[in-house]
Amino acid sequence: LSLDNDRRTIHYPLHMGGRGGPSQGYSAGGPHYKGVRPLSLAGHVGFDSLPDQLVNKSICQGFCFNILCIGETGIGKSTLMDTLFNTNFENFESSHFEPQVKLRAQTYDLHESNVRLRLTVVNTVGFGDQMNKQESYQPVVDYIDRQFESFLQEELKIKRSLHNYHDSRVHACLYFISPSGHSLKSLDLVTMKKLDSKVNIIPVIAKADTISKSELHKFKIKIMSELVSNGVQIYQFPLDDETVAKVNTAMNGHLPFAVVGSTEEVSVGNKMVKARQYPWGVVQVENESHCDFVKLREMLICINMEDLREQTHTHHYELYRRCKLEEMGFQDTDPECKPVSLQQTYEAKRQEFLVELQKREDEMRQMFVQRVKLKESELKEDERELQSRFEQLKRLHADEKSALEEKKRLLDEDQSSFGKRRAAAQLLQAQSLTANGKKDKDRKK
Amino acid sequence: TFHSTIFQEKQYVGFATLPNQVHRKSVKKGFDFTLMVAGESGMGKSTLVNSLFLTDLYKDRKLLNAEERINQTVEIIKHTVDIEEKGVKLKLTIVDTPGFGDAVNNNECWKPITDYIDQQFEQYFRDESGLNRKNIQDNRVHCCLYFIPPFGHGCMKALHEKVNIIPLIAKADCLTPNEIKKLKDRIREEIDKFGIKVYQFPECDSDEDEEFKQLDKELKECTPFAVIGSNTVVEARGQRVRGRLYPWGIVEVENQSHCDFVKLRNMLIRSHMHDLKDVTCDVHYENYRAQCIQEMTSKLTQDNRMESPIPILSTPDVETEKLIKMKDEELKRMQEMLNKMQQQMHDKDQ
Repeated sequence: LSLDNDRRTIHYPLHMGGRGGPSQGYSAGGPHYKGVRPLSLAGHVGFDSLPDQLVNKSICQGFCFNILCIGETGIGKSTLMDTLFNTNFENFESSHFEPQVKLRAQTYDLHESNVRLRLTVVNTVGFGDQMNKQESYQPVVDYIDRQFESFLQEELKIKRSLHNYHDSRVHACLYFISPSGHSLKSLDLVTMKKLDSKVNIIPVIAKADTISKSELHKFKIKIMSELVSNGVQIYQFPLDDETVAKVNTAMNGHLPFAVVGSTEEVSVGNKMVKARQYPWGVVQVENESHCDFVKLREMLICINMEDLREQTHTHHYELYRRCKLEEMGFQDTDPECKPVSLQQTYEAKRQEFLVELQKREDEMRQMFVQRVKLKESELKEDERELQSRFEQLKRLHADEKSALEEKKRLLDEDQSSFGKRRAAAQLLQAQSLTANGKKDKDRKK
Repeated sequence: TFHSTIFQEKQYVGFATLPNQVHRKSVKKGFDFTLMVAGESGMGKSTLVNSLFLTDLYKDRKLLNAEERINQTVEIIKHTVDIEEKGVKLKLTIVDTPGFGDAVNNNECWKPITDYIDQQFEQYFRDESGLNRKNIQDNRVHCCLYFIPPFGHGCMKALHEKVNIIPLIAKADCLTPNEIKKLKDRIREEIDKFGIKVYQFPECDSDEDEEFKQLDKELKECTPFAVIGSNTVVEARGQRVRGRLYPWGIVEVENQSHCDFVKLRNMLIRSHMHDLKDVTCDVHYENYRAQCIQEMTSKLTQDNRMESPIPILSTPDVETEKLIKMKDEELKRMQEMLNKMQQQMHDKDQ
């Protein structure tokens, strides 16, 4: 393996070449790792550019984000995506008569400023349309697992290229709650429960322009308490980073976000804004007192997108991987609970495999031998039969031959007797001729 | 799936903040870097490291004298320190190799080094393959500053496929600019001739401005860097600088016309540190891992399509195939005999 130079490019970070200036010493703020001593520096070394180096590389590579939208047909999933990402994704209305839930994934390359984003939007089709919705969650779970499996397979390859791998794992799941105003549906609970250990769930109340402010408040409280009492783990905006902890805490209190989507523009004041026009007024999508759309965009895209990706990788994917590996028989410790070296694990697996191989080989051999025996005996039967027929024919032939020979003999006899008679007759004729001749001669005299 | 490219125009979505999010998270997490220095004693390695990181890592060092070094084996000594600058935390590990090239017989002096590098790879491989990967520490060697002995290329070849090598000409203050140039040319020639793969700087991005492109070009033409280090601060030209005071003048470490120290520092720390880690991760480590797996399963691999640590059932082995073939032929023969007999009977019937 070698990295071609033309795939690696370097961007010089902004403060290279001493623009940082001669400086005061910076001292480390307390021990960061146990047993490692902090040192003070006598000047500007320059490794403060490390985050910029990382960022430059990320920009060069491009980003990727995968969203899964679950919700009933017609609830507004595609419209919301269009509104969020300012696009007109190619959508067509789905039918209400799907026999099973399916998933449809579409990938788009978006640009904003110097950032490239490969966005994949996965929508459920036919969710909630069947009479029996017991298995409705299954296709969704299967889809998520397939993406994890795909990544795991890549990780387990001998020659792998993880830095180039197009990550298709689902980073965020928007669950669209119907604006009934009462509570969650049982389908919602069942589905979210199945998904909460596999993906970051962000519940949203769809078509929020059908709920009034007071109803909404009660509705949100009801939903959250139902989720809590049923042990559903939804995604919490992270609080560990002081820079964003405050805004994240505030937003966590507004969950689930009540959203309205619209790609149509209406003129309000002297501006064109995304809105829905009703006889009684205009619902403005980006007006925070009308709905939580802006909050959703802030949280999902502007502040926590990277955290969603990180959680997916370090938490959900690791869980999947651990379960899968345990299923396959890998362990971290042997029966005596001592850490097992990779060598040992492989050796053990190899032995198992060899034994299995041997067993299968023996089985195959057995089966083969049996079949050959069977065929052989069949062929022998046929051979014997042929032989007896042959003998029979030979006998028949011999009989015919002797019969023919008998006939021939008789014929020969006939012939010879005929010959004899003919000779006798000829003799007689000759004698009679000479006798007549003598008589004629005597008369003439 | 459906794939299309859409160009945004004016309306704001917000994912342009992604780089900031990445920046923020990386600062929170902190960074780590492992630097190995290899070269004979007395070449100025420790001084150079102190000069690079503007600190003193070797406070309590004990130097061996000549007779203690006759049968010196190469040791591996790690120093790990936490340093922070403008909020960015770096856990820096310096791996020293005292004894390297010091003994009288230096035939396999590189072995402890390659063993150490392999051990770190193996540890990482084991951690990465485990079930619980929450707190993996990356102790892999990201870069090796190799101090070239004046008489040749030493044993870079033993290391070049395991670690990023940056060759250095040490104590450059005893060479004139001409001598330095000749030495650099000779070393570059030898590196080419012996096929030694030293760390390659990646290409400068085409939309960088001219200043950076020029810098990048100068950097590449200057290798191997000729460096000087100093633990002392002297006064030169009215300023306090790191340097070495001689009767004939003052050698300034950070003066680019005196030596390539600044180029080395800028490259190693300010612009290419992350790339060094990436190359270690994506190339050297991956090569090690692939080799490791293939060795472990070499007896079972029939072809290269095996992709998982659990081998899949491959094609039936050679013995069985032979058997099948034999039986096939026998069957064919019997069939032919049968046909012949049938033909004979048919003829007789006629």
